[in-house]
Amino acid sequence: MKSQISIENVSKVFGRHKALNNVSLEIKEGEIFALLGPNGAGKTTLISAICGLCRQSSGNIKVNNFDTLTHYKETRNQIGLVPQELPLDGFESVYNSCQFSRGLFGLKDSRDHIEKILKTLSLFDKRDEQIFGLSGGMKRRLLIAKALAHEPKILFLDEPTAGVDVSLRRDIWKLIEDQKKMGVTIILTTHYIEEAEQLADRVGIINSGEIILVKEKTALMSEFSKKTTFIRLSKKLKNLSFMKKNKKISLTENGMTLKLVGINNRSNELQSIVNLLSQNGIAFTEINTVDNSLEDIFLDLVETQ
Amino acid sequence: MNIQAAITIYKFEMARFRRTIFQSLVAPIITTSLYFVVFGAAIGSKIETINGVSYGSFIVPGLIMLYLMTESINNAAFGIYFPKFVGSIFEVLSAPVSSLEATVGYVGAAASKSTIIGLMIFLTSNLFVNHDIKYPLVMAIFIILTAITFSLFGFIIGIWAQNWEKLSIIPTLLVTPLVFLGGSFYSIDMLPEFWQKVSLLNPVFYLISGFRWSFFGTSEIPIALSIVAILSFMAICLAVIAIIFKTGYRLRT
Ligand SMILES: Nc1ncnc2c1ncn2[C@@H]1O[C@H](COP(=O)(O)OP(=O)(O)O)[C@@H](O)[C@H]1O
Ligand SMILES: [Mg+2]
Repeated sequence: MKSQISIENVSKVFGRHKALNNVSLEIKEGEIFALLGPNGAGKTTLISAICGLCRQSSGNIKVNNFDTLTHYKETRNQIGLVPQELPLDGFESVYNSCQFSRGLFGLKDSRDHIEKILKTLSLFDKRDEQIFGLSGGMKRRLLIAKALAHEPKILFLDEPTAGVDVSLRRDIWKLIEDQKKMGVTIILTTHYIEEAEQLADRVGIINSGEIILVKEKTALMSEFSKKTTFIRLSKKLKNLSFMKKNKKISLTENGMTLKLVGINNRSNELQSIVNLLSQNGIAFTEINTVDNSLEDIFLDLVETQ
Repeated sequence: MNIQAAITIYKFEMARFRRTIFQSLVAPIITTSLYFVVFGAAIGSKIETINGVSYGSFIVPGLIMLYLMTESINNAAFGIYFPKFVGSIFEVLSAPVSSLEATVGYVGAAASKSTIIGLMIFLTSNLFVNHDIKYPLVMAIFIILTAITFSLFGFIIGIWAQNWEKLSIIPTLLVTPLVFLGGSFYSIDMLPEFWQKVSLLNPVFYLISGFRWSFFGTSEIPIALSIVAILSFMAICLAVIAIIFKTGYRLRT
């Protein structure tokens, strides 16, 4: 797939604080890219730099080979942005607000298009109402409608489901998938791992302004989805001197539990370890195996930084 | 050129004006009427004519200017401050809109509003005094130039202000005194010599004086000087705005 956005060595400094530290990243045309990171990681700052809300201190950003600083009209034309907060002029009506968004992109009013979007987002009944009368969930949907009003090729969603209820989250996920089917490239930021796991084609993990890792989601899952097995012992064990040194095996919980990380089932590793335990007269009460989720991978990566 | 964007911003801002048209127009009309009752009828009857003009007529250009300037500043400052305050400015900043297009939209709308208010005051004044405007074209040019220039100035204030207090501090502490002391309600010939000299340092004085010339054909200073004064102030405002957008000052982090 063609690269659509290319970010080269971008840094952003606020005073002394480096919000982005030499970030390089390619976004491919038509993909859903999830930017995953804890609060304050720099997700919003990175999006803001691409969309023109902030200027990077150094580095280049290109959208379809156009530079975002020197050819901002060409780059911004392609982009729709759904911000993290709910920044809306409450006195405006829902319909007019969407019309305003569309007009800013140089497009003539299109009642058909705007009404279609409002219907998709279940806002059609509210089209003539003033924005401040809307609920929080409706405001969030309105911001999505506004971002789609000019039919963008690239859609940024900054934490689109933060603080929304389950049913709205499902709706937003569906909308994102529908947009992808229409060929729109989607970049979403989230700190909900589940969201990235559900939607993304690729995942980028950002922490303290640095991109730690970018991978296809499936590759990421399989690479890191080592199972972890816990063997609960009947008696405390001082050390593992009875067996060959093995990086995958460690003692935890004061020697009461044997932790086996990434045991390969095909080569009967677990079986041989169990055998070894019986040969040495070490009794155990329980064997428990858990899958690593994206969440564990994420915590692992962020903590080892 | 994304002309559509400028038109969109303009229409959006004018819609805000329409929503509040009653407050926007009724307040100036009532206040103007009070000025005429108090200054024109009550006090004016005790004042001789100024340069052959009755006091009631004399204050009309000053009143229009007073409103034109303060309304331009307030409208333009609010027009850009409000979206900054609620955050909705992000839309304009992330759209393919140049600084020129945004300025035309916001400042154009503010200038249109204050021009409408200025005309309403003029019409109201016709209920109290009769005038014969000597140079209607010059009058129109002055109204438009003043509306645009002070809207540009208000636009700068709106971008600069980070809270509501700052938004109103310049209009109240600087502009209102300058307008009142700039000869809105008197001719500076009526002042002692020292204060006449001080008045010449007041930029607003040149505008009011020139505007009054378009009404009566007489003024304290040559009309050309007034035109130069307003054009210079406009140039300064445009330069400041260009710098603001170039550096992203208070708009882009
Ligand atoms: N305008 C700003 N001025 C100063 N610091 C900022 C500004 N915007 C963001 N930051 C800082 O940059 C870091 C990254 O913020 P942000 O991009 O909002 O993180 P995220 O969206 O991942 O939660 C944070 O430490 C934040 O405090
Ligand atoms: Mg954020």
